[in-house]
Amino acid sequence: MTTETLIWLIPLPPVLAFFLIVLLTNKSKALSHIIAVGAALLSWIGSMIVFARALGVEHLGEHPFESSIPWFPTGDTWFRIGVLVDPLTAVTLFFVAWTVLMIFLYSVGYHNFGQPAGDHDHKGLPPHGATIDEHGHKHSVPSIEPMYSRFFAFIGLFAFGMFTLVVSDNLLTLFVGWEIMGLCSYLLIGFWYAKPSARDAAVKAFITTRVGDVFMLLGIAYLYSRTETLNFREIFFNESIMHTLATAPSHVPGFSAAGLIGLLLFIGTVGKSAQFPLHVWLPDAMEGPTPVSAMIHAATMVSAGVYAVIRMFPLLSLDERTMTVVAFIGAFTALFAATIAVAQNDIKRVLAYSTISQLGFMIAALGIGAYVAAVFHLITHAFFKALLFLGSGSVIHGMEHGVLHVQGDRKGSPQHIDPQDMFNMGGLKNKMPITFWTFLIGGFALSGFPIITAGFWSKDEIFADAFGHGHMVVFATLALAAFLTAFYTMRQITLTFLGEPRTREAEHAQETKWTMTTPLVILSFFAVTYGWVGIPEHFPLLGGLAPNWIHEFVGGTLVEHPEAVEFSWVPLLTSLVVALGGLTLGYFAYRNVDSPAEDKLQIGFLKNKYYFDEIYDAVFVKPAYWFAENVVYKFFDQTVFDGILHLFGPGTQGIGDSIRNYFDLPVINRFFGDGTADVTYWSGVKLRVVQSGRIQQYLIYALVVFIAIGAALYFFVFSV
Amino acid sequence: MVPLSWYLIFSAALFSIGLFGMLARRNAVAILLGSELMLNAVNVNLAAFWRYGDVTDIAGQVFAIIVFAVAAAEVSVGLALVISVYRKRNTVIADEIDLLKF
Repeated sequence: MTTETLIWLIPLPPVLAFFLIVLLTNKSKALSHIIAVGAALLSWIGSMIVFARALGVEHLGEHPFESSIPWFPTGDTWFRIGVLVDPLTAVTLFFVAWTVLMIFLYSVGYHNFGQPAGDHDHKGLPPHGATIDEHGHKHSVPSIEPMYSRFFAFIGLFAFGMFTLVVSDNLLTLFVGWEIMGLCSYLLIGFWYAKPSARDAAVKAFITTRVGDVFMLLGIAYLYSRTETLNFREIFFNESIMHTLATAPSHVPGFSAAGLIGLLLFIGTVGKSAQFPLHVWLPDAMEGPTPVSAMIHAATMVSAGVYAVIRMFPLLSLDERTMTVVAFIGAFTALFAATIAVAQNDIKRVLAYSTISQLGFMIAALGIGAYVAAVFHLITHAFFKALLFLGSGSVIHGMEHGVLHVQGDRKGSPQHIDPQDMFNMGGLKNKMPITFWTFLIGGFALSGFPIITAGFWSKDEIFADAFGHGHMVVFATLALAAFLTAFYTMRQITLTFLGEPRTREAEHAQETKWTMTTPLVILSFFAVTYGWVGIPEHFPLLGGLAPNWIHEFVGGTLVEHPEAVEFSWVPLLTSLVVALGGLTLGYFAYRNVDSPAEDKLQIGFLKNKYYFDEIYDAVFVKPAYWFAENVVYKFFDQTVFDGILHLFGPGTQGIGDSIRNYFDLPVINRFFGDGTADVTYWSGVKLRVVQSGRIQQYLIYALVVFIAIGAALYFFVFSV
Repeated sequence: MVPLSWYLIFSAALFSIGLFGMLARRNAVAILLGSELMLNAVNVNLAAFWRYGDVTDIAGQVFAIIVFAVAAAEVSVGLALVISVYRKRNTVIADEIDLLKF
């Protein structure tokens, strides 16, 4: 099979799995997950083959794999859609395929496949556990998810959206994949739709990202109206188009066309990748099942946002102002989200804010022109954040096991604790060793633990670029954010895994099954090793041992290959200090903390996320309600429209009455109605005499008429 | 050879007898017989016109045969009706068969 054909086929298995599960196999849980995981495996195989072949091509950036078909006619030409694998796509495909496959596999264990059905589980609610009889006494065990097949159908569609987005060669199909993921994230965040909080979170995520998507669509339309193509390479590799875009003024004063288009597209990313000020949906998206969190926050949706903006980088870089906006939003978000993460107690929420913050790193890197660093961090982040989310899911799962165990013991008065609250955990290191060690690796990668973890190398590259190109404000902001990152990560690890168990539930937590731990181990492998492909050439001691592959390879995507920055000790030392300092401080500050009351950082301002939800509620939601209630309902509907309608009502009734009284009753009824009946009756009475019933009389009539007609014919027709 | 007009006079007489029988007789069977006479008067006409016209054109004969067939069918239906009326009402007098008049 040619590589181009293979690329076309990569997105297909998951969407086929979606339809198969929805239409045919949704009754059978085993069959559904075999189809879904099998589809993910097929896509993974395809992606790996494409990746391997892409590595074998010299100068892939100049000669990428591409193939396209005409889709619809536009005037004299065709709008073409197709697939494209250049270095950027190849590396993205690599991490997407890995994480998607791992998440699919993990979901089998996470949704308790093989466990009995729950005692009183409902569709649309998380499973509550089942009671089984063993050796004569009853105890509670986790129960299987009631909507197991539905989950696999949805994540299949989700994976289809992501693969479509990654392999597209134009903005339109990229946008299609983008929107498919928007829909799927809505469906999956609201997977447990009977929980009001999940329902609200789903609606919030959908509407918030929609705000960004509208701007993105505007950007796409504007770009198309200017260039008459949406194909990436046709735009970026065409100097005259790029020149026109860079110099032509846009409709907004002060921006060039390229700047405005870039800005509009970037707003789409702000929504999708949860950047300030559209970040509010992502923490709430934690209401979905944990594999979904990993799917949305690592492998797919938020990565897609950053991927899109990286894709459009050549366009963005044409306008300085747009780049400044991008850098500002990214750096601000990185710091801002990190400060919130410090005060969160829910294990998944900490990770959610850390995701927002890390995405801010990538966006900021892009804003200062550090193209390769942004891509590098996108990939390493996808691996270690998927690892952390799946790890936290494993922790929650272990805790739920403890909750069920304790619940089984104290019958009659089930007192639930929140299995996601880190203050209910502690000491899980010994209960869940695999989860602990993998989570530790993921956490250290997130903090940028020097040398061995992937996060260190990608973050270091961002620092080096920021410092090397003189963006000191961005550099300082990101350094502070990185310090906080290390701090809250260590806080999380300390509270969750170290020390003594703080609740009986935590004492009875249990390591999860192999379907859940295997993905953790595989992802932690990448969370460590992936950094080694991007060691800068002039790094002390290690530099030059291995080629800086990521820089060579990904840099080839652009027309002008970016130069590697000069090595400098300042960013390296900063990186070391913030990572190690944050980790140490985090450990010592939380070593002996047992309850939220002892936590010094439980500041209301941070805990309530700077009151952003409340501000948006007051600024957008409340006025919208007020407008709907008072202006639309009370003023327009009740006063204006009802008033007009009330005018129509009596008016029509008056006309109707007069027609009835002066026309219907006298004219129609008396004259036509009664008159017609009377005449008919009268003529009937007169004519019935003729019908005697005697056959011979009728014959005589016939004879008379015949003779009359004959006579008439004779005299008037034939005689003439 | 007998002139054509004789045949026509004969058939007109026959027709008139049939017509009279149909209108004046009260017996339903006699009425049917009257109609047969009228049909046969027509047949005589058809045969006569054929004989005195173009002999090679056999339309007149064919027409007469069709009239025979129709007359036979008609009379068989008519007699069947008369018999069934007789069984119900015990009469064949046309004036007494007046259920259609209310």
